[in-house]
Amino acid sequence: MAEATPPPSAPSATQIGVDSWVTESDERRLHRAGAWGAVLRGWERLPPPGKLALVTPAIAVPFIPIVSSGNLFNYGIFILLYALLGLGLNVVVGFAGLLDLGYVAFFGFGAYTFAFLSGTHHEKGHVFTHHWPAELSIPVAIVLCGVLGLFLGSTSRRLLGDYLAIVTLFFGEAFVVFTNSADPYGVTNGSNGLANIDPLKFYAFGQHLTIASVRGYYWFLLGCVIVVLVVLHFMSESRTGRAWKASREDPLAAELMGIPVNRLKITAFIFGAGIAGLAGTVFAAAQTGAFPQNFSTQVLILIYAVVILGGVGSLTGMLVGAAVIIASNQVLDSTSPPNLQRVLFYAALIIGFALMFRSSWRKLAVVAASTVALGFAAHAIASAAWPRGVHGSVTSGGFLTGAIKHWVLLPTNPGRIADYVYVLVIVLAVSLTQLKGWWRVALAPFVFVFTAFLWENLLIQQPAVTRYVLFGALLIVLMAIRPQGLFGTARVEIA
Amino acid sequence: MIATRQQRLGNFAGLGLVLVAWVLYAVYASPTQGWTFFLQLTVNGIILGSIYALIALGYSMVYGILKLLNFAHGDVYMIGSFIGFGVLSVLGGALSPAIPVVLLVLCMFAVAMIGSGVLGLVIERFAYRPLRNAPRIAPLISALGVAFFLENSALLLFGAQYRNYDGYDLISFNGIHIGGPTGVFVSYLGVIVISSSVALMVALVALVRWTRFGKAMRAVSFDREAAAMMGIDPDRVIATTFFVGSALAGAAGVMFGLVYSQIYHLIGFIAGLKGFTAAVVGGIGSIPGAMLGGLLVGMTESWAKGYLNGNVADLVVFGILIGFMLIRPTGLLGTPALQKV
Repeated sequence: MAEATPPPSAPSATQIGVDSWVTESDERRLHRAGAWGAVLRGWERLPPPGKLALVTPAIAVPFIPIVSSGNLFNYGIFILLYALLGLGLNVVVGFAGLLDLGYVAFFGFGAYTFAFLSGTHHEKGHVFTHHWPAELSIPVAIVLCGVLGLFLGSTSRRLLGDYLAIVTLFFGEAFVVFTNSADPYGVTNGSNGLANIDPLKFYAFGQHLTIASVRGYYWFLLGCVIVVLVVLHFMSESRTGRAWKASREDPLAAELMGIPVNRLKITAFIFGAGIAGLAGTVFAAAQTGAFPQNFSTQVLILIYAVVILGGVGSLTGMLVGAAVIIASNQVLDSTSPPNLQRVLFYAALIIGFALMFRSSWRKLAVVAASTVALGFAAHAIASAAWPRGVHGSVTSGGFLTGAIKHWVLLPTNPGRIADYVYVLVIVLAVSLTQLKGWWRVALAPFVFVFTAFLWENLLIQQPAVTRYVLFGALLIVLMAIRPQGLFGTARVEIA
Repeated sequence: MIATRQQRLGNFAGLGLVLVAWVLYAVYASPTQGWTFFLQLTVNGIILGSIYALIALGYSMVYGILKLLNFAHGDVYMIGSFIGFGVLSVLGGALSPAIPVVLLVLCMFAVAMIGSGVLGLVIERFAYRPLRNAPRIAPLISALGVAFFLENSALLLFGAQYRNYDGYDLISFNGIHIGGPTGVFVSYLGVIVISSSVALMVALVALVRWTRFGKAMRAVSFDREAAAMMGIDPDRVIATTFFVGSALAGAAGVMFGLVYSQIYHLIGFIAGLKGFTAAVVGGIGSIPGAMLGGLLVGMTESWAKGYLNGNVADLVVFGILIGFMLIRPTGLLGTPALQKV
């Protein structure tokens, strides 16, 4: 490409993309200034067991003493489950660089297989039960998932990039259609799903061990995540792991170096599928049921959000990504308290604006001050000129009621207005990304105020939909500004 | 390397044999009503297929020029369908149109096409253009994000309930009977859909073949850098391609609404997958291929619905796609891509 001129803000004098820039890449990362640089350096110096010892309690501990079992299920179990799924997907997408959009089918297949072996299944209207012990049915389910992964992975011999993505996407869709309605013998019991699945029952050393409580599942899952994490860590440093990365970066060169690229792709699929199968079995047992809607496209998007936010190819990133994404997913569920959702939304909004203006505290201060002022000004104008606009009520406000009532416009019957503001906010947010310098500062308060208006009048009534809109937007924004996620290392492209 | 004449003939001979065998089976060996039933299903399939063909064209054009699978394309179609519905309701609804019906339908098409075209432009500008030189996987994930964003935005704004176009009330319940009152029935609405999609395709072929823009588009899809050196602005050509493809999807959305009446926020996803199947079957990147693929997919789905059942129809279409991908990824009319080193 011709446009290899460095941007004026480039920290090193070397031209971006030339060989010496590439060799300096690590050094540049390690010499980041300030406190963040020190933290980063410390983190990079830490040996892997130390990293594990730091990250695991940070995710595990908050859930142990404080929460009820319902919350432990909603937050603890789901975060670990998605961390596990993210780790598995990371093998396929992160290590081997294959875009697998049918990944959620393996998760579902594991759950249904476990249901079949240690629980109920249906056939032409009759119900059958099997009660295999878990130490038998979990490995069988994992192996069967691996075999399915082998089948799907063998398509990657012929298909490249996007073609593989679409075939796997169809595979995932076909799985949902099949479990939902198209199964000729009714083994999956259609959209009613399979209920009454056994809990995990182990038979070891002459005694039975049943995991009956949510807490038990939590510890079991934590064990699974740690085991998978450790295995994958060694895997990624091994011959196979390095070969995966080589064939991700340049399959042709890897092939010429004697790396069996096709076999490695299939191995990656098998690994990913096996891990998803493990997650599926634990999920089916913990939920004591498996239903088609548990394995829909939305779940796939959630797993991708976890992987992308955490950083493709990074193992610790999966834990952090799962914690952030799944916690916000569950907070924005329609059953959790609206005020918590409100706090989360505003916190995310403020963090987003702070990141946008992080380079200059002066601009940030101007934006903050003018945002507050603009809200009150709009409120004052509206109460004089458009009385209907300020007489609505705050939806379950909690401790923020007073502030919202005087700062955000709350029309009595928002309806259509809120719909138009939704479109307006998208347009404004999109144009905000195009503006630079003080123009951006000038527009930012309006975006903030309109977004707050939108949240109070429309989004808070449908948090469950809002979260998916936000996750969709997150994928787009992350891909544009930070494709390596939180913990990934930036890809160095040589011009 | 372009598929040789012999290879193409071989493809068509193979496809023809499969179709003939299928027709013989359907008419003589299956227990249902023989010729009329079969032809009725075929006609329904052609109507459905001409909608898929329009969607497939958008996929195919974008893939041809950017080598990008635009997962959001199906959702642009869905938004187009909603825009058409919005115009219909503003102008009085199907039961009491405020302006003459012909004008109303033209208005619906025009507004939906322009609206979805602009949406396509915006998507290209903000989700794909920043990733022009990123690794291949990045724009795909971004496209997934756009699709998800649009789908849930529609759910947020329009709700989960079905909207009714009442297309038959608007135009006519009558149609053409071929072969007497017990014969094959084609509604006037179906005739309108088929003929307008043919008109759009002819316009598109003319655009690509005989205009300056078409020439530029072919040049950019052949080699972007070389085209840029010849004074073509690739960004502008790509943006225009998105506009045209998305406008076709918007038209397809309105047609779907008119014929099948019920629209809701999830129609885009499955229709997008089917449109993509059509593009692949015909040969992605090839415009006549997209039309042929659309018709084949539409007819297959209609046959599967008639002879098997509605639930299996989707699986059959997906199965065809996966089979095509594995056996002949370049489709019927496509050309095999060379891997440059």
